[in-house]
Amino acid sequence: MTTKTLQTAPLAAAAARSHTPGDSTAGLVVCPTCDALYKLTPVPVGTRGRCTRCGTTLSFPRERAMSRIVMLAATSLVLLSAAVFFPFLELSAGGMTRRASVFDAALAFSTGLTLPLALATLAFIILLPALRLTLIIYALAPMSMGWYAAPRAITAFRWAEAMRPWAMAEIFVIGVAVALVKVAGLASVHLGIAFWAMVLLVLINVLNDNFMCRLTLWRTLEQRSRF
Amino acid sequence: MAHTRTTQPVLTAHAAGLRGCRTCGRANAASATTCRRCGAGLSHVPGLQLVWAWLIAGMVVYVPANVYPMLRTQTMGRTQDNTILGGVFDLVQSGYWLVAFIVFFASIAIPVAKFVVIAYLALAVQWRWPMRGHARHRLYEVVEFIGRWSMIDVFVVAILSALVQFNLAATVAPGIAAVSFALSVAFTMLAAQAFDPRLIWRAAESPMQ
Repeated sequence: MTTKTLQTAPLAAAAARSHTPGDSTAGLVVCPTCDALYKLTPVPVGTRGRCTRCGTTLSFPRERAMSRIVMLAATSLVLLSAAVFFPFLELSAGGMTRRASVFDAALAFSTGLTLPLALATLAFIILLPALRLTLIIYALAPMSMGWYAAPRAITAFRWAEAMRPWAMAEIFVIGVAVALVKVAGLASVHLGIAFWAMVLLVLINVLNDNFMCRLTLWRTLEQRSRF
Repeated sequence: MAHTRTTQPVLTAHAAGLRGCRTCGRANAASATTCRRCGAGLSHVPGLQLVWAWLIAGMVVYVPANVYPMLRTQTMGRTQDNTILGGVFDLVQSGYWLVAFIVFFASIAIPVAKFVVIAYLALAVQWRWPMRGHARHRLYEVVEFIGRWSMIDVFVVAILSALVQFNLAATVAPGIAAVSFALSVAFTMLAAQAFDPRLIWRAAESPMQ
């Protein structure tokens, strides 16, 4: 992948300071990690514009990036609902069989003092991932089809971004793998459809994160919003 | 790399009298409190108080997480309480070296390393320790990325408790340590989020004389 660095722009910054705070700042990019200031110059499609100091991607335009993100988010949402409603794991030992869904795992904490943790787990592995995907689809789907952004798309996308660290479906899948090894000795384990749905979900999430350049998405959102 | 020894001089939004948005990268006027593009709040003076508060809270609740049982196993009427470290030893004894390593790494090595790294970053910024190259920036990125993965142990407990419910033969129930461990992970995540990485660079730009 080729890399092209953006130009530093002391002149533009000086101009921005001397004028009234308005559109003069619109052509600038600030690196979110190290605060370096750049003048926004077009980067060829498919190449990354990086911050010269810390290497954060500031611009990464791609063909049809928007529709890819929306499609991957929609796929994830379908897989997530499959993961919730189908049996997840089946354990048999000594003629007894125990079947657990993703819900059962979250509700394992629901007795006694661990009740708040049951709610948190429910949020981490089901509610927040689902809500985040819905918000992404709402904010970006109309634009991916060439329309204006939906009303309040900017707010929706900001919420989706804020939820990103707290949506932990993929961590749950690795947790399942560890749990399976722990019980593998004392019982035979059968993996349900939901388990494979979750595994697929993780892979798609990794793909999705590689397609997303957040700063580029934000600029597109701003340009296409009329609200 | 040409600039591994010192960081190169770069014009920052702060130096240019602007305020950069950490969510969307827009430059805002110095007087702005919310970003013009995305509406996110722009912190006035990014401080370290919140970082220290969350970090200390995370360290405090990490103590009961290690002292109290994480998992309560009942087999044939015998009850056994397992702490985090006890669970690791059990796995080693059963020969599951890889899993023991993963659990040890996720629930002991990573949380402790996170406390140390966040405290180091905050101190380095506060006391303006001289900086060489990008080490601190890398450390911050690693802590930001890895923080959520410590939650793995809580999920393992959840899955085991949901799955292993064979009345008399074997039942597994979560212990109170699961709650404090989850809180510790959440608090350190918040501490890492509260830490503004721009401070790393700002401290390097104006070292104490």
